[in-house]
Amino acid sequence: MDNSKKYWNPYFGGVMLGLLLLLTMFITGRGLGASGAAKSTVVTAVDVVAPAHAEKSAYYSKFLSDDKNPMNEWLVFEVIGILAGALLSGALSGRLKFVVEHSPKITSKTRLIMAALGGLAFGLGSQFARGCTSGAALSGMATLALAGFITMMAIFGTAYVFAYFFRKFWI
Amino acid sequence: MGPLIPLNVIDPSWNNVIALIVGIAFGFILESSGFSSSRKLAGVFYGYDFVVLKVFFTAAITAAVGLYYFEYLGWVDMSFVYINPTYVSSAIVGGVIMGLGFIMGGYCPGTSYCAAAIGKIDAIVFSTAMLVGILIFSEFYPLLESFYNANFIGNITVFETLGMTAGWFLLILIVIALGAFYVTSIIQEKVKKVDYYILLK
Repeated sequence: MDNSKKYWNPYFGGVMLGLLLLLTMFITGRGLGASGAAKSTVVTAVDVVAPAHAEKSAYYSKFLSDDKNPMNEWLVFEVIGILAGALLSGALSGRLKFVVEHSPKITSKTRLIMAALGGLAFGLGSQFARGCTSGAALSGMATLALAGFITMMAIFGTAYVFAYFFRKFWI
Repeated sequence: MGPLIPLNVIDPSWNNVIALIVGIAFGFILESSGFSSSRKLAGVFYGYDFVVLKVFFTAAITAAVGLYYFEYLGWVDMSFVYINPTYVSSAIVGGVIMGLGFIMGGYCPGTSYCAAAIGKIDAIVFSTAMLVGILIFSEFYPLLESFYNANFIGNITVFETLGMTAGWFLLILIVIALGAFYVTSIIQEKVKKVDYYILLK
């Protein structure tokens, strides 16, 4: 393997991520996030397609106001940054490539179906938990919020319990 | 004295600019750590790569120790720092559903954005399907609302719940992390390697 394609030492990456999270909390009083931007996207899309329905809904209406575009959210800008930052890192390390990454035991099609099911579940679960691995688990743990620890243990505990049944998709 | 924006040390109009810069650093760190590969991420569940555990645990502890040390130094007023609200039932069910999503899809939302950014088609599918999941939740919200708001016990911390100080809890957490790093390093040596780099060649 070409050296330029190597990943960082995980402990170095962890300290860098921790310092970024600390800096973010020190500046904004909140941690990092990811699923929130997807929620803003859904709220905006529904508001454009069916504005009456969005205003009437108990959920969408929480995130809609007359004086602010629902895409004008901290997490939306942060996620635009994530895309740019990851693209930059991938470009510098020679990892840019259109590819379906999957175990040799399954086809690309199977992988894409599993990715779709996984994404669907993650979207659903992140709403129940009021955040995903970034906003609820990681940022929650960083402030030592009880919710962060509960969600983190539920995510990883469940994945470990079911790992055996899904092994052929990965190993 | 922080946090800077809630206390108006930095004008709130900088919020979105800061969000963009923070996001770039976040995406760069995740991608450089290997979080743009679903097979690398899934390694934590099969014992062939513990990068998720190492990065995640190290980051959470670094940030938590820093934050509570800042409070001790008087640099940050914790009453202005967002402590996630604890809705016990919803947090557990949400976590369980996300756990299933993780083992099926191999990504979480943040890592799927990183992987999508470097061209992983499975990640593009994952992040698009996430929108459908959120849409389903939103449409069924009237049915889910009472469950979603059930068992609320406040914006509380784990050390308060356990009846100890932040310092002692952090010390215990660090010891657990070091133990986990040691045990997983032994497991990783014994488990058959999975060559996910193959796709990059």
